Amino acid sequence: MKLYCLSGHPTLPCNVLKFKSTTIMLDCGLDTTSVLNFLPLPLVHSPRLSKLPGWVSKDGTINLEKELKECAGRVFVDAQPEFCLPERELLDLSTIDVILISNYHCMMALPYITEHTGFTGTVYATEPTLQIGRLLMEELVNFMERVPKAQSATSWKNKEIQRMLPGPLKDAVDVWMWKRCYSMQEVNSALSKVQLVGYSQKVELFGAVQVSPLSSGYSLGSSNWIIQSHHEKVSYVSGSSLLTTHPQPMDQSSLKNSDVLILTGLTQMPTANPDGMLGEFCSNLAMTIRAGGNVLVPCYSSGVIYDLLECLYQFIESANLGTTPFYFISPIANSSLEFSQIFAEWLCHNKQTKVYLPEPPFPHAELIQTNKLKHYPSIHGDFSSEFRQPCVVFTGHPSLRFGDVVHFMELWGKSSLNTIIFTEPDFSYLDALAPYQPLAMKCVYCPIDTRLNFHQVSKLLKEVQPLHVVCPEQYTQPPLTQSHRSDLMLELQPPPMPYRRCSVLNLPFRRRYERIYILPECAVIVALT
Amino acid sequence: MPEIKVTPLGAGQDVGRSCILVSIGGKNIMLDCGMHMGYNDDRRFPDFSYITQNGRLTDFLDCLIISHFHLDHCGALPYMSEMVGYDGPIYMTHPTKAICPILLEDFRKITVDKKGETNFFTSQMIKDCMKKVIPLNLHQTVQVDDELEIKAYYAGHVLGAAMVHIKVGSESVVYTGDYNMTPDRHLGAAWIDKCRPDILISESTYATTIRDSKRCRERDFLKKVHESIERGGKVLIPVFALGRAQELCILLETFWERMNLKAPIYFSTGLTEKANHYYKLFITWTNQKIRKTFVQRNMFEFKHIKAFDRSYADNPGPMVVFATPGMLHAGQSLQIFKKWAGNEKNMVIMPGYCVQGTIGHKILNGQRKLEMEGRAQNGPLLDVKLQVEYMSFSAHADAKGIMQLIRMAEPRNMLLVHGEAVKMEFLKGKIEQEFSIDCYMPANGETTTVTTNPSVPVDISLNLLKREMALGGPLPDPKKPRTMHGTLIMKENSLKLVSSEQALKELGLNEHQLRFTCHVQLQDPHSDADTLHRIYTHLKSVLKGYTIQHLPDGTVIVESIVIKVSSSAEDSNTKVLLLSWSYQVIIEPLLKKSFLYPAVLANPPLKSDVISSFWVQTLLQFPDSNKHCGITES
Repeated sequence: MKLYCLSGHPTLPCNVLKFKSTTIMLDCGLDTTSVLNFLPLPLVHSPRLSKLPGWVSKDGTINLEKELKECAGRVFVDAQPEFCLPERELLDLSTIDVILISNYHCMMALPYITEHTGFTGTVYATEPTLQIGRLLMEELVNFMERVPKAQSATSWKNKEIQRMLPGPLKDAVDVWMWKRCYSMQEVNSALSKVQLVGYSQKVELFGAVQVSPLSSGYSLGSSNWIIQSHHEKVSYVSGSSLLTTHPQPMDQSSLKNSDVLILTGLTQMPTANPDGMLGEFCSNLAMTIRAGGNVLVPCYSSGVIYDLLECLYQFIESANLGTTPFYFISPIANSSLEFSQIFAEWLCHNKQTKVYLPEPPFPHAELIQTNKLKHYPSIHGDFSSEFRQPCVVFTGHPSLRFGDVVHFMELWGKSSLNTIIFTEPDFSYLDALAPYQPLAMKCVYCPIDTRLNFHQVSKLLKEVQPLHVVCPEQYTQPPLTQSHRSDLMLELQPPPMPYRRCSVLNLPFRRRYERIYILPECAVIVALT
Repeated sequence: MPEIKVTPLGAGQDVGRSCILVSIGGKNIMLDCGMHMGYNDDRRFPDFSYITQNGRLTDFLDCLIISHFHLDHCGALPYMSEMVGYDGPIYMTHPTKAICPILLEDFRKITVDKKGETNFFTSQMIKDCMKKVIPLNLHQTVQVDDELEIKAYYAGHVLGAAMVHIKVGSESVVYTGDYNMTPDRHLGAAWIDKCRPDILISESTYATTIRDSKRCRERDFLKKVHESIERGGKVLIPVFALGRAQELCILLETFWERMNLKAPIYFSTGLTEKANHYYKLFITWTNQKIRKTFVQRNMFEFKHIKAFDRSYADNPGPMVVFATPGMLHAGQSLQIFKKWAGNEKNMVIMPGYCVQGTIGHKILNGQRKLEMEGRAQNGPLLDVKLQVEYMSFSAHADAKGIMQLIRMAEPRNMLLVHGEAVKMEFLKGKIEQEFSIDCYMPANGETTTVTTNPSVPVDISLNLLKREMALGGPLPDPKKPRTMHGTLIMKENSLKLVSSEQALKELGLNEHQLRFTCHVQLQDPHSDADTLHRIYTHLKSVLKGYTIQHLPDGTVIVESIVIKVSSSAEDSNTKVLLLSWSYQVIIEPLLKKSFLYPAVLANPPLKSDVISSFWVQTLLQFPDSNKHCGITES
């Protein structure tokens, strides 16, 4: 049994498991941190961005004025942002039998895997994962196609030239593999290969292996997977949470007795307590509004935003923010809010009880009804005429490189009355802000990551007792910036097997038995003799 | 042989109070727990005393599964769990769990508050009963205990209706509840995978009907409503709050939109408004089309359909009113009916089945003069002048649909419930003819027993499997059966198939080798060594292509067979040949060369005897030899 590791990003994994002659891909996360190297895509012409000086090497020998622009000491690529794909050379993608998706954040590379690669298999995901995943892909495509940028930049990728560039461009890896965003047509084709599954549903693969999703407690429809035969069991744990937020609680007991447990998707903010961050978020928001400033919250259009809105629902009256308008701007804002209300089966017990009344499970329905929260597909159209300040705007993309958030950065960045509050943990906020420097607006960093922390995961592993643990190498050592924190790593006996991008691991498995069936007639003879 | 037993306590050759007991693999499961609309006495609920005469049911049942929220499938639930007593798990889908208590409460109010019955379950009992409910998700495999697992499939019919697959080991039963094999305006069609259950328990409401296309019925319905409106009449559609009501509302809503009609459509308030809300929140349980477009336009937010107020009934001009209940036996629908019955311009459309004794049943049977409850005895009869129409919109599978489901699931046996005996008989014949499987239709209290033939799971050692596979060449030929040798170990209720070496090791036994010996006497005047040499050359000529060795220690070895020669003590001319071989498969090819091979094939277990006689025969070609054979174990 082998594990091929196609992604090095611990929270956006893409691994392939070969087990009993089946080839199973576990997630296909898309590493979008590469977009931080690109200039933002403004929705309306930005004189500031267009006036940025082009980059010429100090000795003047390399002139990439057209491709690279300089801003506040950093160099950015002036082209449509590109993503870092899972490795495609390590094994033949057309041999993959099935892809198991654990949550909607971990499927964004799907079209790159299923289209134009000869892939003929099936993708398994839960219904909320498929529906919300589709929305997020639609949003991404929309962000890119709304502001087409004909210009492509490839000269800087030349190895000789890249070597001469200033960091972090110089250190970017596999830049030739970076790809532009897919099209809606590719998204539709990729998603047509998805087969829906429910929690604890047992799916037989070729009669050899049985796979089954379990609730992971992280997001709507998020799942961990059990891959087992009659005698062997592999657990795939990805993006799980033990906190009480909106999704159904995590199913831990079914992970017991695994031979191998593949562990990915732990919190990216092991030192930030989500509850504390939520408190800070609210107080900073209230402070800015009271001072007459605007609040910008760059966020994904599904997930933590539901919890933020729920928190605000309780908070606004007590903080006297009853008249402050809250805006949610995204091409999928309406769909995301509507979809969140129809997945009763996938919600935590409290929310399920509300549906039985029948009432909408999320209070944002009431915020919308009372006109406190308004949603718009973009800044164009109705929003521009109805928009009042001071206000709070939730909008994407959290990388600040595309989407409506770019416009608000340009609009509000120059005033110190305004605040930008980062809640998504996927991007370094300093890197995200780099092309907008110098900035006058206040920046608050409240990353909310509800995934398992090291303390929780060691407790979990003690309980479920897998024989072996496989995890990204990042989890086997303390973070670079906090090298003394030995509590911020996995310490296990036997030690976990680390992997990195392009690793191929031989999993320590001794298969000894196989299940067969004896015909009843034959069994009778055996019993008699 | 193991057996599965099925006993209907209700719905055996009958429609109403569905309640079926299944015993499978030592587990007892109750399917549905309904009430009968046609009775007001003890017969209203299933006869639970069949299970036990005294005491609670908890000890006798492993679980109870409710298929959907109609009262004939869940109406006896609080009575069963709280009054008779049952504390085990109750399974139902989320929408059923949400809607079921509301209908139960409604049922209780009508029975206790309006009819004044006592000794009926209370509101608190409904609540306590619902606390025992564990929600089921579609396709989720729920482990009731270590051995019993259940899995729900989509059944159409009404919001949240489910079919359920019950499995213990390799034995299984599927119970359909009520289902619909054609998608309608708001729900999808039932679906199940090829799960090959031992018994498929199916409803058979429309066992003999093959219904015309739904489109035709819809067109008919719309035409009738439209004509009535055009001539200024009022249309009353008695419905139950959930189910058909939503389907017909969608139908009328889209028709009104398309035809740009202005006449008002009303929906009697209360339960129904709430009902629409359930449909909005459980939209994932509706059909594909509604689910796809719900963000842009939620089909259950009606533009043309407004809440009804009782004063509207007297408004002039045309209108359409949906009112509860569906059989015109009480409540708002009956009140409106009384008001409108006298005008021949008006119309009442009955969209579903009506139980005997209800006004709905009477007018469908053509009765035109009705005695009304509450009016003075011998008072004037109600003159029914309005048009009465019946349109079957109830969503049950018809004969075609039932056959389709059998094709999907491929059951080994079929069992019909929830239908009329005569109709069942007809369908039973058809099923047995078309699928060549047994079909049962037990009456209430009658037990059907089906013998099952489950295959026996065995764990085979991977080493053994690989070794045996390798013997047959690089790839196994799936067309040819193969024998394999191994030892079956039965230990702690599990079976293992391992190589004999491993078996001996695991059981701590010593290995014994069987060696067969055989003495053959022959007359030969030569010395022992010469005799041996003569045998050696003889064998060489007879057995071409075999390894035959003459060893210096005075033995000849043919493959693994040892031959020794010694002189008899009494007579040096009588030589005694000792043949010795172990029990080995490898000897078989040797035999193939021989004229004795047909005998070997005919009698394979006697292989060692055959081998010895083969040798004897070969040696008999030697002049003057006498044989004397024996088999000894060494």
